[in-house]
Amino acid sequence: MEFIKAFLVGGLICLIGQVILDNTKLTPAHILVIFLTAGVVLGGIGVYEPIVKFGGAGATVPIVGFGYSLSQGAIEGAKAKGVIGAFTGGITAAAGGIGAAILFGYVMALVFKPKTKS
Amino acid sequence: MENMNKKEYQRYAEQRVPKPTFLKNNTMAFVVGGVICVLGQFIRNWLVENGLDDKAVAAGTAIILVFLGALLTGLGVYDKIGKVGGAGSLVPITGFSNAVVSPAMEFKTEGLIFGVAAKMFVIAGPVLVYGVGGSIIVGILHLLLKKG
Repeated sequence: MEFIKAFLVGGLICLIGQVILDNTKLTPAHILVIFLTAGVVLGGIGVYEPIVKFGGAGATVPIVGFGYSLSQGAIEGAKAKGVIGAFTGGITAAAGGIGAAILFGYVMALVFKPKTKS
Repeated sequence: MENMNKKEYQRYAEQRVPKPTFLKNNTMAFVVGGVICVLGQFIRNWLVENGLDDKAVAAGTAIILVFLGALLTGLGVYDKIGKVGGAGSLVPITGFSNAVVSPAMEFKTEGLIFGVAAKMFVIAGPVLVYGVGGSIIVGILHLLLKKG
């Protein structure tokens, strides 16, 4: 059941992205930034949490979920350590993904050659 | 053709732009995005079974998916998925990983510092600026509203 929910929620979020891509002049980079920021805002006002509860990885794997975990981390940090926590919490919560992107991104870029676009 | 003014030409050009096949694009985005999330769910369940707590599960899932996205980008497979899946391959965190590796590979000839290391952040940079910046604002607002 949770796999079906993940499929449906994740698919739906990507579908929204596709509709925006097809109907506006926004680039993929815009979509990434807009969806992430949407995740931060929705997480901040508490709207995204029920979606995560329902959709599981369907809600956390899309970049919106990355934004959500950033804002949740900042709120948790703020609760625990005040202003300093507000600064450190978000990036702490997202550190795994960011660290992986930096290390693996760098290594893969060194190891592989760009494929000629066909 | 020669007698067209700017507006007429624009209309003419817009008619000639191939219309994306919306239904097909949307279906593929839904399916590819859904499948990537199901993969994420498998990874999550696997980490939970191994006794990791909530935070470690979230971080571990992100790390593994980012690794897969980076590897498939390096192998040239992710771009092929992207051609079919559109936003379905862009929106999941593997798409973020793809956005890091692609420009880094592309600009390797410009060196390890201003090529690879700098270009990694062409798209990831704005993502981090808005994501981290926004999260700090959310945290501070939370403090202000709770105490006010």
